[in-house]
Amino acid sequence: MALLDLANPHRFLALARAFIPTLALIAAVLLALGLVLGFRAPPDYQQGETVRIMFIHVPAAWIALGAYSLMAISTLGTLVWRHPLADVAAKAAAPIGAAFCLLCLVTGALWGRPMWGAYWVWDARLTSVLVLFLIYLGILALWRAIEDPGQAGRAVAILTLVGFLNVPIIKFSVDWWNTLHQPASVFRAGGPTIHPALLTPLVITAAGFGALFLALHLAAMRNEILRRRVRSLRLIAAADVEAR
Amino acid sequence: MRLVAEDLACVRGGRSLFAGLGFAVHAGEALIVTGPNGAGKSSLLRLLAGLLPPAAGRIALEDGDPERSVGTAAHFVGHLDALKGALTVAENLGFARALLGAGGMEIEAALAALGLERLAEFSARMLSAGQRRRLALARLLISPRPLWLLDEPATALDADGQETLARLMAQHLSGGGLAVIATHAALKIERVVEIRLGVGGIA
Amino acid sequence: MIAALRAVLARDVTLAFRVGGGGGIGVVFFLAVVTIVPFAVGPDLPLIARIGPAVLWIGALLASLLGLDRIFAADHEDGSLDLLLITPIPLEAIAAAKGVAHWITTGLPLVVAAPLLGLLLGLEPQALAAATATLLVGTPALTFLGLIGAALGVAMPRGGLLVAVLILPLTIPILIFGVAATTAAVTDPLPFGTPFKLIAALSLASFVLGPIAAAAALRQLRD
Repeated sequence: MALLDLANPHRFLALARAFIPTLALIAAVLLALGLVLGFRAPPDYQQGETVRIMFIHVPAAWIALGAYSLMAISTLGTLVWRHPLADVAAKAAAPIGAAFCLLCLVTGALWGRPMWGAYWVWDARLTSVLVLFLIYLGILALWRAIEDPGQAGRAVAILTLVGFLNVPIIKFSVDWWNTLHQPASVFRAGGPTIHPALLTPLVITAAGFGALFLALHLAAMRNEILRRRVRSLRLIAAADVEAR
Repeated sequence: MRLVAEDLACVRGGRSLFAGLGFAVHAGEALIVTGPNGAGKSSLLRLLAGLLPPAAGRIALEDGDPERSVGTAAHFVGHLDALKGALTVAENLGFARALLGAGGMEIEAALAALGLERLAEFSARMLSAGQRRRLALARLLISPRPLWLLDEPATALDADGQETLARLMAQHLSGGGLAVIATHAALKIERVVEIRLGVGGIA
Repeated sequence: MIAALRAVLARDVTLAFRVGGGGGIGVVFFLAVVTIVPFAVGPDLPLIARIGPAVLWIGALLASLLGLDRIFAADHEDGSLDLLLITPIPLEAIAAAKGVAHWITTGLPLVVAAPLLGLLLGLEPQALAAATATLLVGTPALTFLGLIGAALGVAMPRGGLLVAVLILPLTIPILIFGVAATTAAVTDPLPFGTPFKLIAALSLASFVLGPIAAAAALRQLRD
């Protein structure tokens, strides 16, 4: 189906109705499978049982980054092609991406307590995700602050793109900051290779999270389209009372 | 009941708007204040409402509740409609009732009197300028106060709205109420006293 | 009169949640300040834990200054302030009600967020509890002192920065005793109770002084 067909909200709503249950089902099956495999996987020789947190932590980080990339592409659609669904897609992705980002941070903290002896250490990767979370919160706040959806969409588009260009710079500088100050006490986890027994549940959970994200995203887009329709109907109705 | 002003003077931003202004408004009467822009019509109303301190003179509501100041016996509808866009029409009016005191019409009845009943659950920010003005005027009905201070009340109102305003005003006055209205538009009100403010004093 | 004050409080809380998500922005700002500090001092957890209470207090102080200027200015701009002034209710009581509403929507969320942010800074459970307790008792003082600045900046369209500049010096005693009490809770020789009671006293005093001074400022400045 061409992108142009999707621009029609009617076509999109019909499509969403068909896809959301399917995606939700796929997500449920994959996540259930990932959960079982995750608990049946052997404990890591270094991290022990806590390695299982990684099956949630790592996919959550991927989804958080993926959602942000999706937002950046959508906002490009808003600014360059003025695609009517682009800012709907960007707006719908923001809270879901932020939620996965928070999930990543919380699981990271829970993992850090037994491994590092503290809920939080200023590890470069964790800190970068925290900064990403802050950017997400700023975008959410900007969406709420501007009443008119079109205007809000353009403002958020600029912020999202600036953030997107900035994320690699932030990541680089945080890494530099961290190695500069690297305290000896911090234990660096994870080698470059992962045992296949650990890789399988990780990939399956990640796929499940991906399907879950798509299902939630489509549902959120549908809600946003309907919310905008209610808003414009109300505006028309208010003007109607005036004309009467 | 009688609203009396004696020897009133108003100074705004170092400029004397008027001085030596005196008048009396009796129950059932409306005082219409006219005059060119900048003559001090709005300032006079704010003075009467107690929102501005007079530079000189005395304002009193005789035979009223001696415990109440003139301001708290008055409704004030100024240039601004005192509405919160994030609240619904009914919520805005409900807040005004909680603040100014109940005892007048119910919310629904007051909205109906101004033709806003179908907009009760709408956010106030969706209203047009005329609808906002109607909602501001609905405050006059929910809480009974003897003195109405209205600053250009007909602004943004359509013909139907102006008729409604004139009818409400007539009801208020025939019930022994008083009103002071700053306006350029001719209002269909009987028993009117008029003062005209000029630039730099009373014309 | 109680019903009218409750209406003022309920309206301000409702408005805060419908416009801009209530205390959300303040908490995000608080989180941002706390996140920034380790970048300045380096990822040295023992050092961060030691200055943690101070970081929490500075973050909460700065976050509670946000939006302070809107307390009265928003009502001034749309004419609602006139409505508040022609009620028989004393202006001091209305100012107090608005202060309470502002604390509920900005101060309280900061107190709730403080333990979580304390974890980021590696605070011990004891220090975490002490910092949260001092913030719970101290943030009302910040709000009610801020009320004075809010009233002074009522007629200024962009009074935010000015209000912060006016209020910041007045909040120094609260900061001193807040951080002192938290540090005292961790290091044994100093008593926790004395500075803690002093912040409580400062809060109570500003609950009285703030609304009176704010009402006086509003009476002087309205036009």
